[in-house]
Amino acid sequence: MNCKDALRQISGYLDGNMDDELKSMLQVHLKCCHHCQIVFDTTKKTIELYCDGKLFPLPNTVRERLHDALRAKWESRSK
Amino acid sequence: METHPQAGALSDESVLVAEAKAGSYAAFEELVNRYEKKIYRLGLNVTGNPEDAEDMLQETFLKAFEHLQDFREDSRFYTWIVRIAINQGLMKLRKRRSSKEVQIEDTSNDDGEVIPRDFADWRPNPEEELERTELEEILQNAARLLPMTFRTVFFLRDVEGLSTEETAEMLNLSEGAVKARLFRARLRLREELSKTLKRG
Ligand SMILES: [Zn+2]
Repeated sequence: MNCKDALRQISGYLDGNMDDELKSMLQVHLKCCHHCQIVFDTTKKTIELYCDGKLFPLPNTVRERLHDALRAKWESRSK
Repeated sequence: METHPQAGALSDESVLVAEAKAGSYAAFEELVNRYEKKIYRLGLNVTGNPEDAEDMLQETFLKAFEHLQDFREDSRFYTWIVRIAINQGLMKLRKRRSSKEVQIEDTSNDDGEVIPRDFADWRPNPEEELERTELEEILQNAARLLPMTFRTVFFLRDVEGLSTEETAEMLNLSEGAVKARLFRARLRLREELSKTLKRG
C-alpha cells in the first residue's frame, strides 16, 4: 500500500468499518510511514478536540432568554 | 433499569415526551434541559457566530414546542431536535449568503484528492495548554473555512454522533456524498489546525 491509498483509507479506519485485510495492510503502512501515522493521529485528535464537552459552554444569559421565551410561548398558548 | 437515577420517575425519555405532549410544561422543560447545551454548541459550530447560535437555539425549541404533536416515536427525540436545528441553521445561512460570504456548497473545483501537506506532529495536549477561549477560537476559525455542507456533515457525524444514514437523510445527500464530505472535512480541519497546533 502506498501513501495515497493509505490516506484514502484513513476515514474508514477512524470509523472502524473496514475489512480485515485492508485494515492490516493499512496498519503495516502506518507502522513504517511516519507521515501517514501523523496524519492519522492528528485527524483523530482533530475529532477529539471538536468533541471536547468543556468547550463552547451555553452562557447562563442565553439559557435564561431561551427559557423565558419558551415560558412566554407556553403561557400565551394556554390562555 | 434506571439510567438517570437522579431524575427519578421522570428519567425515561419516552415518558417525558408523552407527558409533554399531554401538556406538561415541566416535562417539556426537562427535555430542553437535556439537549440545550448540545444544540447551542451545534449552532455555534454550524453558523460560526454566537448571535446566530442563540437564534438557532431559540427557534429550534420554539418549533419543537409547536410541533411536538408531530413527533413520532420511531426516531430518537434528539435526532428530531437536531433535524429542526439544522433546518433553522441552514435557512439562516442561506439568508446571510448575499450579505456576507458564506459558502454553502463547495464552489472550488477540487473534487479530487485532499492532499495533506503538513506532516508535523502536534503538541500533545492543546486542550490543557491553551486557554479554553483560545482553543475555541482556533477550532471555530478552522471550521469557518469549510463549505457549509462539509462542516455540517462533520458536526453531525463526528460530534453529534448521528449515523451516515441519518445525516444523509437530514441533508438530502446520498450516503456516499456524506462519506466523501466527511473524509474531506476531517482532513481539511486537520490541515488547518495543524498550522496552530503543531510543535515548536
Ligand atoms: Zn504513508
